[in-house]
Amino acid sequence: MNTPGDFAIRARGLTKQFGELVAVNHLDLDVPTGQIYGFLGPNGSGKTTAIRLLCGLLKPSSGSAEVLGLDVPGATNELKPRIGYMTQKFSLYADLTVRENLEFIADIYALPRREKKTRIEELISEYDFHSQHKQLAGTLSGGQKQRLALACAVLHKPELLLLDEPTSAVDPRNRRDFWAQLFELADSGTTILVSTHYMDEAERCHRLAILDHGVKVADGAPVDLQSSTGMWVIEVLARSPRDASEALGALEQVVSVTQLGVRLRVLIPQDHKHPEQLVRECLEHKSIEASIERVPASLEDVFVATTLKPGKQQ
Amino acid sequence: MMFPTRLIAIMRKELLQLRRDRISLGLIVGVPVMQLLLFGYAINMDVRNLKAGVADQAGTHLSRQFVADLGQTQVLNFVYAVTTPQELEALLRAGKISVGVHIPPDFDRRALDGNRTAAALLVDGADPTIVGVANQLVNVPIRFDTGPQPVKRARSFEVRSFFNPERRTVVNIVPGLIGVILTLTMMMFTAVAIVREREHGNLELLINTPVSTGQLMIGKVLPYVLIGMVQLALVVTVGRYLFNVPVQGSIVHLYIGAAVFIAANLSLGLFVSTVAKTQFQAMQVTFFVLLPSILLSGFIFPFDGMPRLAQYLGEVLPITHFIRISRGIMLRDASIFELRNEIFMLLGFTVVAMTAAVMRFSRRLD
Ligand SMILES: Nc1ncnc2c1ncn2[C@@H]1O[C@H](COP(=O)(O)OP(=O)(O)OP(=O)(O)O)[C@@H](O)[C@H]1O
Ligand SMILES: [Mg+2]
Repeated sequence: MNTPGDFAIRARGLTKQFGELVAVNHLDLDVPTGQIYGFLGPNGSGKTTAIRLLCGLLKPSSGSAEVLGLDVPGATNELKPRIGYMTQKFSLYADLTVRENLEFIADIYALPRREKKTRIEELISEYDFHSQHKQLAGTLSGGQKQRLALACAVLHKPELLLLDEPTSAVDPRNRRDFWAQLFELADSGTTILVSTHYMDEAERCHRLAILDHGVKVADGAPVDLQSSTGMWVIEVLARSPRDASEALGALEQVVSVTQLGVRLRVLIPQDHKHPEQLVRECLEHKSIEASIERVPASLEDVFVATTLKPGKQQ
Repeated sequence: MMFPTRLIAIMRKELLQLRRDRISLGLIVGVPVMQLLLFGYAINMDVRNLKAGVADQAGTHLSRQFVADLGQTQVLNFVYAVTTPQELEALLRAGKISVGVHIPPDFDRRALDGNRTAAALLVDGADPTIVGVANQLVNVPIRFDTGPQPVKRARSFEVRSFFNPERRTVVNIVPGLIGVILTLTMMMFTAVAIVREREHGNLELLINTPVSTGQLMIGKVLPYVLIGMVQLALVVTVGRYLFNVPVQGSIVHLYIGAAVFIAANLSLGLFVSTVAKTQFQAMQVTFFVLLPSILLSGFIFPFDGMPRLAQYLGEVLPITHFIRISRGIMLRDASIFELRNEIFMLLGFTVVAMTAAVMRFSRRLD
C-alpha cells in the first residue's frame, strides 16, 4: 500500500519516438500519491503520448516508468484493474445508452452484482444523468459525453486516474463542478494525472508539468512556477494597443507581447535591470500614450515564457 | 469466477449494438431469404417458348408427330429446322437456340427398343433453368397411333447437357447455398468487429481494462453463432415449404455441422479484423474470400471436375467442407459420424484462425 509521500508515478528518461519525431523526450516525472498533477502543453507537445506510455498502451523507445509500484509496460496487466483512463477522444459506445455504457464498464471490471447496482445509481445521481440515463451516448452533448466518460473512468474506484483533456468541451460553469468532483476524488486518496490547455485548470492542480515538443520545460506547484519564470511582466494599457504591440515586439529584449483586450502583457528577461524604463522609452519614442505597470507573473505568462517558439528565445 | 461476467458483458454489448443496427438486422434475414428466392425461382420457373431447333433425320410419320407434340407443350418454339446435329450444336453455341432436338435416322426402330433412347435433346447447360426444362421434356411420350407397339416403353430422350456437365435442381442448390449465405453474413459481421471498435476509438478504452483478448474475441463471436443458427433455420424452412427441399438426414446433425462451420467463418472473420486497418479494407478482404468460396467449393462447379490446383485452393476454404456435410446430410441421409473428417477440418480451421486472431491482436497502440 502507498503511504502519503509515496509516488504514484515515477518516470525516468521516458522517451517515445515515432520515426524521426520525438513525441516524448526524456521525461522525468514524480507524481505524489493523492495529488492532482497537471500536464500543460500546446497541441502536439506529447501529453497524450506520455499518458499512453504511463498506462502501457505504448511501448517506450527508452527510459522506464513505475506506476503504482508496477513496472510499465512490463506489468501492464496487473496495473489495468487499478487505473482509470479517460481518453481524449470519446471512446464509449455511441449506440449504447448512458446506463448501458455504465453497466458494460461495471461488468468489464467484474463488479459484484449488488455493488454494481448501487454504484451505477450513485454515479447517475452524482454525475447528474437522472433524466438522461436512457439516452444514447452518441446523442449527448460534448460536455455531457465527457461527464459520462469520467463517470465510467471512476466507476471501479481506481487508485490512479489518467484524464486526457477531460474538459475540452465543458463550459466554465460545469468545469467548476467537474473539478469539484476531482478534488473530492483526490481527498479520498485517488491520484489524478490530468492534461489540459486551460490555465484556470492548470492553476487548480497541486503540481504541474509544462510540456513543449515532448520536453518537460518546467514543473512544480503553480505558485512556485509563477515566482520563478525568470521574466518581468509589464502590463501596458495603451490607447492604440496594436501599435504599441508592434513597437514593443520589435524590441530585441522583449521576449513576447500578448494582447488581452486593451491590455498588453510584455515579457522581458530578468537579467534586464530596468524593464519599465525600456518599455516607456520605446513607447515615447513612437509617441504612443500608455500607462505602464510591473505585475506578478500569471500561469499563462509562465506557459508563454517556457514554450516560446525557438528564434524569439533570447 | 470472473471469466463469465466479462464474456457475457462483451456478448451483451454486441447484441445491444446489433439490435440498434437496422441494416445489419435486415441483412440477417434478408440475405438468406433473397438468395433462396433468387436461386430457387430461377430454377423452378415455368419456362415457355424456348427457342428451339430440330434436326429430323428420320423424316417419318412418327418423328413428325413427335416434333409436333413437343411444340404442343408450348415449352419449345421451333425456329430452326436443320439436317444434322452438328448444325444444331452450332446454333446452340451461337446462342440462336437454347434447345436442339435431334431425331436420328433410326428413330422408329429405337422407339420400339425399350433399352435405347429414341432421340437426343441438346441443351444449353450454361443456363440452369433450361436444364430443368429438359428434365420435364423427357417425359413427353412418343405416340404410336399406327404401326407396332413397343415391347417396353422407351424413354423418349437421352438428355445431354452441354457446357455444364452436372445437372442441378433446387434440391442440389440449397445445401450449398446455406454455405454461401453463412460465409457471406458471418464473415461480414466479424470482419468489421475489431476494426470498427478501433475506428470508433472504443478499442483504446477496451484494451486498458482487465478484459482479456480471449474474452474479447470469444465474446464477439458467440452471439453470431446464434444468429447463424437462425439463418440456417430460415433457409431450411423456406427451402422445405417453398421448394420442397427435404432434409433426408438428421436435422440435429445438420445443426451441429453448421455450428462448427459458423465458428470457422467467424474466426476467419475475426482474423481479418485484426489485420485490416479500416472497415472498408475488412469488407474488401471478405469479398476476396467470398468469390473463391462460391466458385471453388463445389457449389457451382463439381469439385471433382476442377483442376488440381483449384481443388487444393478449395480444400482450404471452410465452405468446401461444409457443402460436403450439408449435401451429405440433406440429400444422402448421411450421419455426422460418416462425415467426421469434414468436421475435423472445420474444427481445425476454427482453432487455427482463432489462435492467429488472438496472437495478431495487439493490446497496445503501437
Ligand atoms: N501513432 C503516432 N504515429 C506518429 N506520430 C504520432 C503518433 N501519435 C502521436 N504522434 C505525434 O506525436 C506528437 C505528440 O502527440 P500527442 O498526441 O501526444 O500530443 P498532445 O500533447 O496530446 O496534443 P493535443 O493537445 O493536440 O492533444 C505529435 O506531433 C503527433 O503528431
Ligand atoms: Mg492529446
